[in-house]
Amino acid sequence: MIPVAWPIALGAILFMIGVAGVLLRKNIIVMLMSIELMLNSVNLNLVAFSYHLGDLRGQIFAIFTITVAAAEVSVALGILIALVRNRRVFNADKMDTMRG
Amino acid sequence: MFETTVEVIIICIKVGVAGMVLFSLPIPLTWVERKVAGHIQVRLGPFRVGPHGILQPVADMVKMLLKEDVIPTKADKWLFMLAPIMTMVPAFAVFVAIPVGDKFTLPFIGKDITLYMSDMNVAVVYILAVSGLSIYGIIFGGWASNSKYAVMGGLRSAAQMISYEVAMSFAAVGVVMLSNSLSLVEIVKSQSGGLFHWNFLYLPVGPVWFMIFFIAGLAEVNRIPFDLPEDEGSLAAGYHVEYSGMRFAFFMLAEYIAMVTISVLAVIFFLGGWDDPTGVIPLPPILWFVGKVAAFIYLFMWIRFTLPRYRYDQLMTIGWKILIPVSLVCVLVTGLMRI
Amino acid sequence: MEKVFFLIFAAVAVGSALAVVTLKNPVHSALALIACLLQVASVFVLLRSPFLAVVQVFIYVGAVMVLFLFVVMVLDIRQARMEAFPQKERWFVYAIVPVITVELLTVILGKGFPRLGPGSTEATTVEVLGKALFTEYLFPFEVVSVLLLAAMVGAIIMVKKRWD
Repeated sequence: MIPVAWPIALGAILFMIGVAGVLLRKNIIVMLMSIELMLNSVNLNLVAFSYHLGDLRGQIFAIFTITVAAAEVSVALGILIALVRNRRVFNADKMDTMRG
Repeated sequence: MFETTVEVIIICIKVGVAGMVLFSLPIPLTWVERKVAGHIQVRLGPFRVGPHGILQPVADMVKMLLKEDVIPTKADKWLFMLAPIMTMVPAFAVFVAIPVGDKFTLPFIGKDITLYMSDMNVAVVYILAVSGLSIYGIIFGGWASNSKYAVMGGLRSAAQMISYEVAMSFAAVGVVMLSNSLSLVEIVKSQSGGLFHWNFLYLPVGPVWFMIFFIAGLAEVNRIPFDLPEDEGSLAAGYHVEYSGMRFAFFMLAEYIAMVTISVLAVIFFLGGWDDPTGVIPLPPILWFVGKVAAFIYLFMWIRFTLPRYRYDQLMTIGWKILIPVSLVCVLVTGLMRI
Repeated sequence: MEKVFFLIFAAVAVGSALAVVTLKNPVHSALALIACLLQVASVFVLLRSPFLAVVQVFIYVGAVMVLFLFVVMVLDIRQARMEAFPQKERWFVYAIVPVITVELLTVILGKGFPRLGPGSTEATTVEVLGKALFTEYLFPFEVVSVLLLAAMVGAIIMVKKRWD
């Protein structure tokens, strides 16, 4: 039997790595991947609690999270392709047209 | 404790047998493929090595083993070496969930042995998921070669796989709706009782689902008429253009196993698995199963040497504008029929 | 036995997650992310959620990551590769992230965290999940499907070239 704290701790570590990735990297693609990592660690929490409480709702929420993540990726990559086609930049710091 | 040990030993034996069969399967298949090509296109085919060219696969193997293993200078070395293994592992992993028969009792001991490694209750989704993973070898192999043709092959392969995975999953959904189970053993059992209980003949939707599955399957395993990722006319050899020797052989092995997987799945999903169509011929079920799969593999080869290749835009049109709308309508009809 | 497996999967998951963030080449990052997601799927199996594990492999590893790689390969990779790492000017991240991680871990692994008993050893069946999804959670399900449709239309319109 796995204690409930272990998967939660794993989720926390993965989440923080994802946060570090979003903050540190400038490449948009890697930033998006880090966001995926964060979403996934949230799923880990949901499933762990669902298992330990014997409750289905965690798993159902995880299914919704996966679906929303898929939608998010398709839109984000669409934006990225449009952006690169118009501006030829990958660096998130260089996308500052809206800055006053 | 004794029981568990026996179980573990039985599973090890099953894995060993399955692995050996799968590893050696491409050897007869390459020979059959060449001979079928020869007969269909009215040419000789291999004839020089052994009687009727039967030793040709051995010659091929020797050639593959002795060839120099070239790694292009500007290639991404690790990824380049990893890619063939990445296509092969999922191709083998699929077979964990595939049943080849129900169960038989060992003589003398009276112990029941099942002819599958595990009867997962999510087998259909597992197989779709894992067989989809072999695409990574193709994508990474194409990218790591650092060559234009290989990258194009990898790109085409990624786009093609994403498009046809949808139709293929829909076909699997249709089967699950017809059989009321995600377990492959249950799906086969729900079709038992002769030809007219097979999902293929569940009129009117059965044949449509079968065609969707078959076309999507052809595209998934990159066979003609959908072998755009390795189109020798416009891409030299696509994603494996830079590969030689054993690494190339791994790609070929994975491709043949993928073809076998699709045939096995088609037989399990639509043609009743190991079910006897007539109900009167006293053959062991496993022979029925192997026979159906063999017929299917022949069908694949027949198509390969008969049809021309589609253009890339035609491939996309078939996937998105024909297969997916048709399967959506089919889901509706099947749902109404199963209420 | 389960604990050993969990620790192995967790170690590989953390290692590959670090690789996602640190590797310079986006394609290598993608490969590391695939490895990480597969480990998380294995953890799902240990937590008796086989359906979620296969869905994870199917959607995340099978579709989302292929999409990522497709985009990385369509766009010019050589330009994307140019990035200095680690970056000196983001020093505060190096300071803050480890602190928060340690804080989280002390809370989770500490005494105050609720000690839940081990759950049932039975894996959740797809049947139960499906029933819940299509009766109790029908409305969220429909909302998510509309969201997917909207995302699809949005992505197509953004990527499509201007039509005059």
